Amino acid sequence: MGKRVLITGLATFWGGRVAQALEADPEVDVIVGLDRYEPTVQLERTEYVRSDESYSILARIVKAARIDTIVHSFLVVDSTMMSSRSIHEINTIGTMNLFAAASAPESPVREVVVKSSTLVYGADPRDPVWFDEQSRRSKPPSSTVERTLLAVEGYVRDFAVDNPHVSVSVLRFSNVLGPDIHTPVSKLLALPVVPAIFGFDPRFQFVHETDVIRAILFALDTGLSGIYNVAGDGLLPWSEVAAICGKRLLPLPPYGTGLLARPLSRLGVIDLPVELLDLLRHGRGADNRRLKAAGFEYRFTSAGAVADFAQSLRLRPVTGGKALYEYQSDVEQFFRHSPAVIRED
Amino acid sequence: MATAKPTKGTSASAGKRPTKAAPARRRPAPEKASARSTALVPVPKPDEPERPPIGDPRRSDIDEWGRSERMRELARTLYRPIYETWHRVEWEGLDKIPTEGGALLVSNHAGAIPSDAPSIMHGIETELGRPVYGLADEMFKRLPLVGLLWSRVGGVLAHPDNAYRLLREQQQLALVFPEGTKGTGKSYQDRYQLRRFGRGGYVQIAMRAGVPIVPIAVVGAEEAMPILWKSPQLAKLVGLPYVPLTANMLAFGPVLGPLGALLDLPSKIRLRVLDPVHFDVEPDLPRYSRSRIMDESEAIRQRIQEALLDMLRHRESVWFG
Repeated sequence: MGKRVLITGLATFWGGRVAQALEADPEVDVIVGLDRYEPTVQLERTEYVRSDESYSILARIVKAARIDTIVHSFLVVDSTMMSSRSIHEINTIGTMNLFAAASAPESPVREVVVKSSTLVYGADPRDPVWFDEQSRRSKPPSSTVERTLLAVEGYVRDFAVDNPHVSVSVLRFSNVLGPDIHTPVSKLLALPVVPAIFGFDPRFQFVHETDVIRAILFALDTGLSGIYNVAGDGLLPWSEVAAICGKRLLPLPPYGTGLLARPLSRLGVIDLPVELLDLLRHGRGADNRRLKAAGFEYRFTSAGAVADFAQSLRLRPVTGGKALYEYQSDVEQFFRHSPAVIRED
Repeated sequence: MATAKPTKGTSASAGKRPTKAAPARRRPAPEKASARSTALVPVPKPDEPERPPIGDPRRSDIDEWGRSERMRELARTLYRPIYETWHRVEWEGLDKIPTEGGALLVSNHAGAIPSDAPSIMHGIETELGRPVYGLADEMFKRLPLVGLLWSRVGGVLAHPDNAYRLLREQQQLALVFPEGTKGTGKSYQDRYQLRRFGRGGYVQIAMRAGVPIVPIAVVGAEEAMPILWKSPQLAKLVGLPYVPLTANMLAFGPVLGPLGALLDLPSKIRLRVLDPVHFDVEPDLPRYSRSRIMDESEAIRQRIQEALLDMLRHRESVWFG
């Protein structure tokens, strides 16, 4: 019997892409995707369920569809997208419900992959240059995203301890760049001038979006368990990142940066949340050797990811960056279920 | 949002996954055909050729530690006159510093803006042609521009993980001042009296990394920028470990203004490299005997202190050595 997969956050970049990739895999029998919003990529056999991550719904889906594999890609790592209350609801409460549902008695779940972020390490002057999976963060979290991600990892850890028969992997992704993904960092790099903090030139690490999808699929394929950093090789200074993108730096004052950032984001000029300001000051490196030792090969280094992103930046004014696909529920239902559609078997 | 629909490409690169299109997929059992069909209508997905991954298009020579060899070269060029003419730095026992393999250099620390660190780094890099990474307090990293320049010329935060990686995995030379700011912040009347050597963390790191410790005694840095008076209130206000009144401010201030505070007095700097200490312990252990660490740390401190007193005994002049 093939895998029966539940993807939380089907509408997220990751959820959609992972679902697409799994559709092409004959080993996968069923793909159920859950999200509050409609999928953003075209899907063939994935069942989309519009729902929030409330406990009763999750528990029923897991039981009814006999889900044995969960890809938890719902987690919000971009705090510019929504209020901190929503982030708390989605990350902390959603994850709590998911793992409560997955740990019900006689639960069929055997494999869980959680998409976390290297945000859990924070960014502080006391940080080591490289964080490995065991490193502790230097200061307590100051932003909701970081706080909720730590809470999420706590739930995951508890679940893994309570359910030793389930292989649980937590993938901590570094800053993601690529042609299609929008992150706080990629938004900065898309500006005409790239904000930086005067007197600081932190080293950044990136992971390419295709490597992210490949890492999630790799974790599913190999039944990986444990915590793994997913980040490209090498660190490069922010000034060099901007230079590769062909941009100039706009230095912000090193003192009172937070005070300046708040009205700027209110006005919608640039969004510089706390965790991004920390990163622009101190940078962060994550040691990727554990995942490599497990057999994963990266296609992009940090600098390679930046260069690929830079190419797509040049393309953007031409293509306008429009969405190529729009989900229409009735159309999807028609193609999937209507007897009028002639299917070749 | 441009072009990519990398499903096919992604799955191909993921390895074992077959990339055949729809026919390979499982279909519902044919006996259900009379009921409502749930067979799939394949979604057309363009077979996008996989773009070759981009290599590693680095533009600067800044390494993972933030060090730039070009900046380091520039710093050496600028520092050469100070090293050769101003302080007339002289080494004793430079051959005791290993020419290959990792080693932790440990020295005494002095002067409001210490001149021992640049002297040691400059000397070893020019004489032995090996890079030296200076391990420093996090304070540097908090200060705009200062922290940036410091890391470009080879400064690294003194974190056990950083030191381990430098010494064990990269077999580099790292320089550490276990006294920290307690050494540089002491007043002139306490000169050449070593402060506490931290908590012996540097010994533990050397043990874990399996590298020797090379003690270095420095004479002359104390007089290069002596602290006459300190203001704890002001230090607290600006968040620095100390805010001193130095002799340099009084001597050069009237002529050079604020820049005078940065200029060393032209004291003669002598450096003596002591015999390396090899620890006969297994590397990579999570913990080492606390008493052993403290004994070793105390012994190293004692040897540097004795070397300092011996060097001072033979020093005829602060300015001419």
